[in-house]
Amino acid sequence: MSIQPHGESGLVAQMFTQSYGRHAGFVSGGNGRRQKPLFQPGNYLQVSWRGRLSEHLGNFTCEPLGLRASDFLDDPLRLGALNAAMTLLATTLPEREPHPNLYDATLAWLEGLSGPYWGETLVLLEVRLLDVLGFGLDLSSCAATGLTEELDYVSPRSGRAVSREAAEPYKDKLLKLPGFLVGRQHTDLQSVYDGLQMTGYFFEKYIFHAQNKPLPEAHGRLTNRLQRALDKEAAN
Amino acid sequence: MISDLERLIQMLARLPGLGPRSARRVALELIKKRDALMLPLARAMETAAHSLKLCSSCGNFDTQSPCDLCTDPRRDNTLFCVVADIADLWALERTKAFTGRYHVLGGTLSALDGIGPDQLNIDSLVGRIEEIKPKEVILALGATVDGQTTAHYVTDRLEKFDVIISRLAHGVPIGGELDYLDDGTLTTALRARRPSS
Repeated sequence: MSIQPHGESGLVAQMFTQSYGRHAGFVSGGNGRRQKPLFQPGNYLQVSWRGRLSEHLGNFTCEPLGLRASDFLDDPLRLGALNAAMTLLATTLPEREPHPNLYDATLAWLEGLSGPYWGETLVLLEVRLLDVLGFGLDLSSCAATGLTEELDYVSPRSGRAVSREAAEPYKDKLLKLPGFLVGRQHTDLQSVYDGLQMTGYFFEKYIFHAQNKPLPEAHGRLTNRLQRALDKEAAN
Repeated sequence: MISDLERLIQMLARLPGLGPRSARRVALELIKKRDALMLPLARAMETAAHSLKLCSSCGNFDTQSPCDLCTDPRRDNTLFCVVADIADLWALERTKAFTGRYHVLGGTLSALDGIGPDQLNIDSLVGRIEEIKPKEVILALGATVDGQTTAHYVTDRLEKFDVIISRLAHGVPIGGELDYLDDGTLTTALRARRPSS
């Protein structure tokens, strides 16, 4: 997920692992010329960790299984999405706490990142991450009326869905709920933007505000880039 | 109380490429060649420490600001090369393949390290492009996630100018055997293939 250079050619890598969740370890020579390409966010590695005691930082030895990061270097939107997702995972997940479902979802998202639905699946991944962190959104029915249809908004206070009708008087204060999160098929760049604005708000409110930190810039840069792409679309 | 010799070894051991053992060897060599090596080196280091400064224009180190590269009238004002670090500028200068102007960003964007656009010399780059109006800006940034994220960000910032923005090619290095290349480099090289003339 992320690396911190340590010493001359070593680095401390944060890995998202299937069995131990977020796990850090030292990689000797990891920041050197030969190994550096392996330690890019989004790459898929087989990792062995060794330490004298479990609470030690320990050492990683790694074998590459799929170097996916290089696939997206030329695509600003997908590279931005990769940065946003990896930064969120690295900064929010508790260390050494297994989350196999989230791990599988992340792996599936990375597999589909070159496909057309990378944005929708990124929003779904972020909603799932919020859920794992204990701040799941309730998008099953309207918080005001109990309706299960025409859910167009989310309450920034409760994280619950609000129907179009109930939202009418307050819609300026509510967050837009993208249709693909409540089973509607229609997807476009605007709905991805709305979804990322929504998840960004809740990450900031529930996770980063409590740590006295802002939302990672990578997330803001991605939404800004989407906004510009939407502006260009509208201008054409 | 730490002796002068131990202090010297400790200071040398902080240099890149040197550990305590090699620092001890270097210290011994310096003491043995006190007049021929140690004192001239000390004088050269003191002079450099006082005279070297960051170029206010491009961010390179030189004894004057603006630096020699920025004031050299033979260099091409229509070409601009953006690099992350001074070491990258020196690497490009070694090749003698680039004769335009440079701009050192001072790093790359990194969300986890808290390095945002404000920590890099991006505003000054925009100011120079506005002033000098080059025809082409070459983004010579690393083929890493952070390097290319920075490249895309700089591209966005320069979008409003009438300038060609190009990036370095990624692919097979000179003398490289395909069998020994990593998957990522091979994939990128395949994508960036060009007609054989």
